[in-house]
Amino acid sequence: MLELKNIYFQAADRDILHDVSLQIADNRFVVITGPNGSGKTTLARLIMGIEKPSQGQIIFNGQDITDLGITERARLGLSFAFQQPVRFKGLTVTDLISLAAGTDKKLSTAEVCEYLSEVGLCARDYVNREVDGKLSGGELKRIEIAGLLARGDQTKLAVFDEPEAGIDLWSFNNLIEVFTNLRTQSAASIIVISHQERILAITDELIVLSGGQIASQGKRETILPQLINIDYKYSCKGGARND
Amino acid sequence: MTKQLDGITRNLLTAVADLHDTPSGAYNLRLNGQSGGRRSTTNIQITTKEDKPGIDVHIKPGTVNESVHIPVVLSESGLTETVYNDFYIGEGADVIIVAGCGIHNGGADKAEHDGLHRFFVGRGARVRYIEKHYGEGDGSGQRIMNPHTVAELAPDSYLEMETVQIKGVDSTIRRTDAILQNGATLVVKEKIMTHGNQLAETHFNVEMNGAGAACSVSSRSVAAGQSQQIFCSNIVGNAPCNGHSECDGIIMDSAKISAIPEIVANHLDASLIHEAAIGKIAGEQILKLQTLGLTEAEAEAQIISGFLK
Ligand SMILES: Nc1ncnc2c1ncn2[C@@H]1O[C@H](COP(=O)(O)OP(=O)(O)O)[C@@H](O)[C@H]1O
Ligand SMILES: [Mg+2]
Repeated sequence: MLELKNIYFQAADRDILHDVSLQIADNRFVVITGPNGSGKTTLARLIMGIEKPSQGQIIFNGQDITDLGITERARLGLSFAFQQPVRFKGLTVTDLISLAAGTDKKLSTAEVCEYLSEVGLCARDYVNREVDGKLSGGELKRIEIAGLLARGDQTKLAVFDEPEAGIDLWSFNNLIEVFTNLRTQSAASIIVISHQERILAITDELIVLSGGQIASQGKRETILPQLINIDYKYSCKGGARND
Repeated sequence: MTKQLDGITRNLLTAVADLHDTPSGAYNLRLNGQSGGRRSTTNIQITTKEDKPGIDVHIKPGTVNESVHIPVVLSESGLTETVYNDFYIGEGADVIIVAGCGIHNGGADKAEHDGLHRFFVGRGARVRYIEKHYGEGDGSGQRIMNPHTVAELAPDSYLEMETVQIKGVDSTIRRTDAILQNGATLVVKEKIMTHGNQLAETHFNVEMNGAGAACSVSSRSVAAGQSQQIFCSNIVGNAPCNGHSECDGIIMDSAKISAIPEIVANHLDASLIHEAAIGKIAGEQILKLQTLGLTEAEAEAQIISGFLK
């Protein structure tokens, strides 16, 4: 179980996150949504240890991980798919997926292909490509997700930051399938940051973040109908960024 | 090989030429300034130069799928040599030439290998030239290599040069001069990693004199410690041609890299491009690999080895 207790995050002299508390129970599928600039990515980066909270505690399976680094959290079972995947000159898709799988030796082409086809990439065209600027945004995004899938059982809790961004409609069906599979087959808890209706539709729980605070939180059936009002109220007043 | 090779020599040979034993095909091993073995084949003749140290390699026209290995090994401190090797590649040949220099310096004196390699690539011939530099040994003596390559490419010929120098060499100044006639193509891929107080300087001068000539020079380098690297390229287009040079550098610690590109178009239809990017490893790259469970040091090592692969 992941628990955030009274988390604050300050940057540029303001609260990016303000007193955020939440719990993600084991084996849950939770979507975090909210307007641009509401602090979703910041929250994800705090969970993974990329940023440290100014105040508050993060507890993972009973252990206080607030002061742990990224590597240690990864080894405890936290996984994170970046909103903006990182590009690497020289590392190939196979290199990256192999590192994610955490085996000492490189994965075989067949193994890499399996992960790539799950995210709808015609695998053989990609295994030896470098994860660099020559790949399109959507391709990078799908490789990022494949990397998280390759972590397999190492993952106890996965955070996907806007996985749908840049992914075309055709591949989108694939993506929904990836998440429905994860939801039913994986023992890990899944947090997906998303605006996408079809992802919202498959979630158990919904957390709405707005202006750095939790605006509402609960079962999908209860929260979904209120969403439009929340968005309106906060995106006008909260100084949200357009991106 | 004809002489019994000791452990150090074997290691150096593996490092510079991936050789564990006598190569198949033509070869010439230079060992501490002397011949360490040679084989010519029907199509590839290796002969000793009369007037100065070095060899002439004659490859008959039409020779395909053959290779020449010419490794150089220096394992004695205090040895300084300059070697002149000439390669005559006949028309229509398609061959691989593997050169490489390994220095093991366990002493206090410098060990230096300077070489002038000249390639005369015949009409329509294709050559892949691979050159690795490797230094080792814990003596205080410097390990120095200064290779100078001259290439003359006849019409429609193709020369690809891959040069690799990963650590171990204290000082190197590499010079490559190439002249391309019509339809000739030169591809250079350079990889360098320096550390400590090492210095590496490379100069590429390419003249494209014939219509349809093309060249691509790319350098990927990592400079760590207090090492210094200088990359100079000068690509001249005197005819309708395409030229591209690219320098991509990663700096670490307090190292320095400078890239000094020059492209000169003397013809309206010469199209020349230079790209250069130098910077430290992007922080996000390290973070990403850490989220996969790697430590910061492991992440750095992966990023660098991928970059130089
Ligand atoms: N390190 C930082 N320094 C300054 N501002 C930041 C920093 N991190 C995030 N922000 C700001 O915090 C707000 C929330 O950002 P983010 O978490 O990326 O939002 P979301 O993912 O919901 O779109 C934005 O206005 C962003 O510019
Ligand atoms: Mg975001």
